[in-house]
Amino acid sequence: MIGIVDYGMGNLHSVSKAMERIGLPYVISEDLEVLKTTDGLLLPGVGAFPDAMDILNTTGKAEFLRQWVADGKPLMGICLGMQLLFEESEEHRQTKGLGLLPGKVVKFQGQSADGTPYKVPHMGWNQLHFHQQHPLLNDVEQGYVYFVHSYVVQTEDTQILLATSDYHQDVPAVVGRGSVVGTQFHPEKSSVVGMDLLANFGQLVEKGVKLHD
Amino acid sequence: MLTKRIIPCLDVKEGRVVKGIQFVGLRDAGDPIELAAFYDGQGADELVFLDISASHEGHETMIEVVEEVAGKLAIPFTVGGGIRTLEDMKRVLRAGADKVSLNTAAVLRPELIKEGADFFGAQCMVVAIDAKYDEELGSWRVYTHGGRKATEWEVADWAKHAVSLGAGEILLTSMDQDGAKTGFDVPLLKKVGDAVSVPVIASGGAGNQEHFLEAFNEAGADAALAASIFHYKETSVAEVKSYLKGEGLSIR
Repeated sequence: MIGIVDYGMGNLHSVSKAMERIGLPYVISEDLEVLKTTDGLLLPGVGAFPDAMDILNTTGKAEFLRQWVADGKPLMGICLGMQLLFEESEEHRQTKGLGLLPGKVVKFQGQSADGTPYKVPHMGWNQLHFHQQHPLLNDVEQGYVYFVHSYVVQTEDTQILLATSDYHQDVPAVVGRGSVVGTQFHPEKSSVVGMDLLANFGQLVEKGVKLHD
Repeated sequence: MLTKRIIPCLDVKEGRVVKGIQFVGLRDAGDPIELAAFYDGQGADELVFLDISASHEGHETMIEVVEEVAGKLAIPFTVGGGIRTLEDMKRVLRAGADKVSLNTAAVLRPELIKEGADFFGAQCMVVAIDAKYDEELGSWRVYTHGGRKATEWEVADWAKHAVSLGAGEILLTSMDQDGAKTGFDVPLLKKVGDAVSVPVIASGGAGNQEHFLEAFNEAGADAALAASIFHYKETSVAEVKSYLKGEGLSIR
């Protein structure tokens, strides 16, 4: 059973509908007692980083998620949910994140190294480039997935970069370490590629596979 | 590299797709769910649903449609029409839409864009602009109320203002070209594209595959939207995409 963490931010419906399409049993809840009974958690999210962290902190979910991961249980963040896994973000103001993965979240520069301006948000379909093998990417095509974001993860730890996409820089697209994984794009909106990836997460959760470095 | 997007647009009234849909092989050409799935299967990169219901009940029905579409579609979709408050946005997004599109309501009360962007993030705020060339102004004027009411806004000024308030994307419809099938309005698209730093969706005027190429290559649009050319099967999403790929564009 997968638990979708409801903390008042965003696209729960599309994520849950994706679970139904794949045939993965799930429960949506904001109740920690309910979430505790699941085998793996999905942290979706659309919205602003400070608001999201504020809610996670005041409802005890931040602490709960840190303990969850410390216990080696699977957690997958999507879009903002992935960014929340990192140490801090500069969206609106400096805000501390969950600190489960090394790195910070910064705004797209909007200008390439040579001074050419480019558009922000990074919005639309972009291609994945895989960097290492990971159960989450098993039999997933290096195809196009759907991104919508104005902030991007910056990390010096290349070990956690499972896949990137090219948008005037390398954009961390799939990240992971131990039992924590995340996608910057929306797998639930990324057609076949996204569905395959979610199905893989479901398998990891069902098998109770403990992911390690 | 980011791909150029092809976006079919569906007008929905009281829960049914209206405005000439000619599809063979569909059980019911007026069913938004069935049409959405059809375009998804053809490779549409995104969909736009415009709720043109006149009644409160119609807007309620739209919420049900959005929920059902979200259950069927694994591609993003935008819902516009009749969204006037933050509460309206919440309902549509909670029902499963990925973005909301604001038009008249944003012109009447621009802070609405900011309220939405602050709450949901700029990326799901689309500002739709209907523009018509004005000789006196020497540029394009923004219209509201489905193109019936002229405003004081020059198109690039309004687009810039909307973006400064948090619009993450501009859906730009040329009223001059709309329905004419003689091509997208390249000068208009350039004007707005140069003025803002967010993606611009070209709308109005698509008549053939070459028009899409123009919108991307000459006008620099990030996405192109069309309705009747797809609904009437003059061409298909798959054909357009395959043509553009052949022309060397980055296409999914």
